[in-house]
Amino acid sequence: MTETDMQNATATETESQNASGLSDISPVRSAEQIAERDIKVRCHEVDVFYGTSQAIKKVSMDIEDKAVTAFIGPSGCGKSTFLRCINRMNDTIDICRVDGTIELDGEDIYDQEIDPVQLRARVGMVFQKPNPFPKSIYENVSYGPKIHGLAATKADLDGIVEASLKRAALWDEVKDRLDSPGTGLSGGQQQRLCIARAVATAPEVLLMDEPCSALDPIATAQVEELIDELRQSYSVVIVTHSMQQAARVSQKTAFFHLGNMLEYDETGKIFTAPSHEKTQQYITGRFG
Amino acid sequence: MTSTIDFTDLSAKHTSDETKKRLKQRYWAEVRLKAYGMLAIAFAGAALLLLTSTIVTKTTSVVYEYYVTLEAQIEVSDRDQERLADPNPRLRANLRRVVGASLQETVPGEVGRAEQRALAGLVSGEAGLELGDLVKADPSLIGQTISFDALLDDNTQLYLKGSYGRPETINSSGTLTLTPVEGEDGVVEAKVGPSALTEVFEALRDQRLTEAQRARAEQRRQQNAVEVWEQRLLDAETEEERSELESRLEASRFQRDAAASKADGLMQQATVRREITFEMGNRDPSLFLRAGEGWIKATAVAREYVRGEFFEPIEGASFPEGEWSALMMMSPEIERPIDDRQVVWLEDFSDRGLIVEKFNSRILTVSDSASAELAGIWGALVGSFWTMMVTFLLAFPLGVMASIYLEEFAPKNRTTDLIEVNINNLAAVPSIVFGLLGLAIFVAGIDVHIFGYEIQIGGFLPRSSPLAGGAVLALMTLPTIIIAGRASIRAVPPSIRDAALGLGASKLQTATHHVLPLAMPGILTGSIIGMAQALGETAPLLLVGMNSFIQEPPGDPLSPGNVLPTLIYQWNSNSERLFDDKTAAAISVLLIFLVIMNALAVLLRKRFERRW
Repeated sequence: MTETDMQNATATETESQNASGLSDISPVRSAEQIAERDIKVRCHEVDVFYGTSQAIKKVSMDIEDKAVTAFIGPSGCGKSTFLRCINRMNDTIDICRVDGTIELDGEDIYDQEIDPVQLRARVGMVFQKPNPFPKSIYENVSYGPKIHGLAATKADLDGIVEASLKRAALWDEVKDRLDSPGTGLSGGQQQRLCIARAVATAPEVLLMDEPCSALDPIATAQVEELIDELRQSYSVVIVTHSMQQAARVSQKTAFFHLGNMLEYDETGKIFTAPSHEKTQQYITGRFG
Repeated sequence: MTSTIDFTDLSAKHTSDETKKRLKQRYWAEVRLKAYGMLAIAFAGAALLLLTSTIVTKTTSVVYEYYVTLEAQIEVSDRDQERLADPNPRLRANLRRVVGASLQETVPGEVGRAEQRALAGLVSGEAGLELGDLVKADPSLIGQTISFDALLDDNTQLYLKGSYGRPETINSSGTLTLTPVEGEDGVVEAKVGPSALTEVFEALRDQRLTEAQRARAEQRRQQNAVEVWEQRLLDAETEEERSELESRLEASRFQRDAAASKADGLMQQATVRREITFEMGNRDPSLFLRAGEGWIKATAVAREYVRGEFFEPIEGASFPEGEWSALMMMSPEIERPIDDRQVVWLEDFSDRGLIVEKFNSRILTVSDSASAELAGIWGALVGSFWTMMVTFLLAFPLGVMASIYLEEFAPKNRTTDLIEVNINNLAAVPSIVFGLLGLAIFVAGIDVHIFGYEIQIGGFLPRSSPLAGGAVLALMTLPTIIIAGRASIRAVPPSIRDAALGLGASKLQTATHHVLPLAMPGILTGSIIGMAQALGETAPLLLVGMNSFIQEPPGDPLSPGNVLPTLIYQWNSNSERLFDDKTAAAISVLLIFLVIMNALAVLLRKRFERRW
C-alpha cells in the first residue's frame, strides 16, 4: 500500500480538505503562508464546570489548521481540561459540564446530532503517559483503522500501519518486530507508537496532552521533530509545561491562568513581547 | 509564648540513658511480636499436619482391597443358566452357591450346617455376582474348575487390616500332648510346658479383676436402691403403695446379692494363685493352640493344661517344642464382628497365601452402595461434575456481565451504591440460606394468589438433580464472581480506557476489546476460587435433596444425583466401620480437586500478573 491509498482511506472517512495534506511535505512555510492559515476549530465562550467549581471561564479562541497551537500555563490552570473539551473526552467524567460552543469545520461538536465516539475518530489524542495497549505493535496501530472500517483488506491495513509508523518515525526501529508487545518498547518509542496509533485513524486534529513530560531529552527531541512534521497535515494542539518546547514547536501559543485564557497570539510575539503582565512573569519564570 | 524551647537540650535526649532503655523496650516488643506470630504459625501448621496425616493414613487403608483365592467348580442351576444366557448385561447371575461350595472345599475340616453361614459371611455378596459375570462372559467355563478371587466382606477386610487385632503368638514352651476327652466329640485336653500359659493367666486374671470391679459397682448401686426403697417404705401411707415398694425392694436386694456373689467369685478366681481353672467365655481373650494344620480353641485353662475343642482337626498326639504354638487374641469375641471360628479360617487362608491384596480401583469406578466394601465415589464425581457445570454456566456469564455493567456503564448513584452493598453482603450470607431459597423457589415453588387465580412461581427444577443443586450454588457463587470481577476490572488502568476512547472506540468496544481481556485472568481466578468453594459446599445441597442414596451416576443434569461433599456426609453417618476409611478416601479425592483448582488459580494469577 502506498501513501496514496492511505489518502483514499482518509478521504472516504472524513472527506475533509486537509486529507490531501498527507503528501504535502513542503518545507517550512514562509511568514505570509502562516498568516493565511485556515481556522479549524472555533471556540466561543467555553465554560467548563466540575460539579459546582468552574474550571474554564469564557474561553474563546480559533485554532488554526496545519499549525501547532501550544497551551501553556501553571499547573491547575485548566489547559488540559480545555484540550479534552475539543474531542469531548470530558464526557467520560460524570460531573463535568461544558457550556458555550466549539465548532469543528463550522459544526458544533456539542450538538445533539454529533456522536462523540465518531468525533474522537476525527480529533485524535495523545496522552501524557505513553499508554500503548498491552498487545502487539501491529495491533496497537491497526486498532483504530479496524474499528472505523478504514481498511477493506488486510493489505490495506498493513499499508496504514506501515505509513502510520513511518509518520511517527518508528518504522525503522520496529519493522522487524511488529508482533512483539507494544509495552516492551522504551518510553520514547512507546509515545511515538501512541502517536502512530492516533495518526492511523486519520484524524483532522491531533490533541497532545504534555506528550513529552514522561520522556528523557533525547526522546523529547524525537517527538518534537515529529510534531513539527505532523503540522504539515494536521491541526496540532499541544499542552506543555516547557516554555522552550512551546517556543520550539508551536506557531500559536495560548496562556492560561486560573481557568482564564489571558493571552493568545503568534508564538514569536508571546515569547518576545507578551501583552499581559502575568504572561511576562510566567515566561520569565517568576511564577508558575 | 513566653517559654522558649532549647532544641540542643532536646537533641541531647537522643543519647540519654532513658532513650537507650526505650530502645531496649522497643526491641523486646518486636521480639515478642515475632514470637507470637511464629507460635501462631506453628500451631496452625501442626493442626494442618494432624488433619492431613489422619486423612492420609485412613485413606491408605483403602488403597488395597482383599480377596480370597478359591478353586471354584462352576456348576450352575437351571435358573442361573437362564440368566447367564440372557443378553442383557444388567441382568447378573449370582453364583453364590458355587462360591459357598468352594469356600467349604478350601477350609480343611468339615463345616457344620450352623457354621456354613459364618463361612459364607466372610466373602462379599458381590463375589457370587462377579463370578456370574465371569461365566457370562465365557460360558465355556461351565463345568470347569477355575481359580477365582472372591471379594471379602467389609468386616473381613477390616480384620485383615488389623482393625480388630490379630492372634499373636505367646510363649509356647514345652511339649504339647493331646488327650481326647472320653464321650465328648471334638473336645480335647492338652498339656503344655509349665511357663507357657503365664501370659494367658495374667490376661484372664486381669479380665476377672475388671469384671469383679464392675460387679462391685453394680452391687453398690443396688445397695443404694435398696436403701432408698427402705426409706420410702417407712414413709409409705397406703397399703397399695407399700406392696408396690416391697416388690421393688425385693428385686433390688436380689440384684445386689447376685452382683455381690459374682464379684466374690471373680475375686476369688483372680486372687487364688494355684490350681485354678479359668473357664473362658466370650468376654475373655481368645486362646488358640496350633499344631500342623489344626487349631484348638481353648474353653478352659489351668496351669499346664488347656481344655478346648478342635476348630480344625490336628493329626497326631504329641508335638515337641517349636512344632506347635499358642496364640492369644486380646479383643474378646463379643466385641468384634469376626468370631473365633472365622478368625481361624482367615488365619488359615492367610498362612496358605490365599488372601490376595489388590489395588482398590473399585472406589473410584463404582457408585454408592449399601455394602461398605462395594461403595465407590464415581456417581458422586459425575454428580459434582454436572453440578459444577451448571454453576459455572449460570454464574460466570451473569457475574461477568454484572461486574462489567456496574464498573463501566452504571452511573454512580444511590441505587448502584445500594446494589454494591447488597452484593457484598450476599457474599457473607450463610450458604444454608441459599439452600432454603433454592428449595423454596427452584424446587418447591411458591403459590401466589392474585385475584382468585393461583399462580405458582418457580418450582421448575427436579429435586435432587444437579441442575437444582447447580442453580443454588450459582446463587452462592455469583457474589464472589461479581466482587472478584469488579476488583479486576477496576485494576485495569484508566489510561487504557483513555487510549481506546481517544481513538474513537465506543464504551462497549473499550470494555470488550481492552478492559475485559485485561481483567479476565483476575475474573477467572476469582471464579475458580468461587467454584472451589461451591465444590466443597454441603449444606445448601442437603436442602435440595442431593443427599439421596443413589447407585447410578446421573446421566444428565436432570437425573437425581449427589455430590462428593454430600456423599462424604452420608458415609460419615453410616455405622459400618469400613465407611470410615472410605469417607477419608472420598475426602482425599475432594481435597485433591480443591488443591488442583486453587493451584490453577494461583498459576493463572502468576502467569498473567501485569505490572503497569
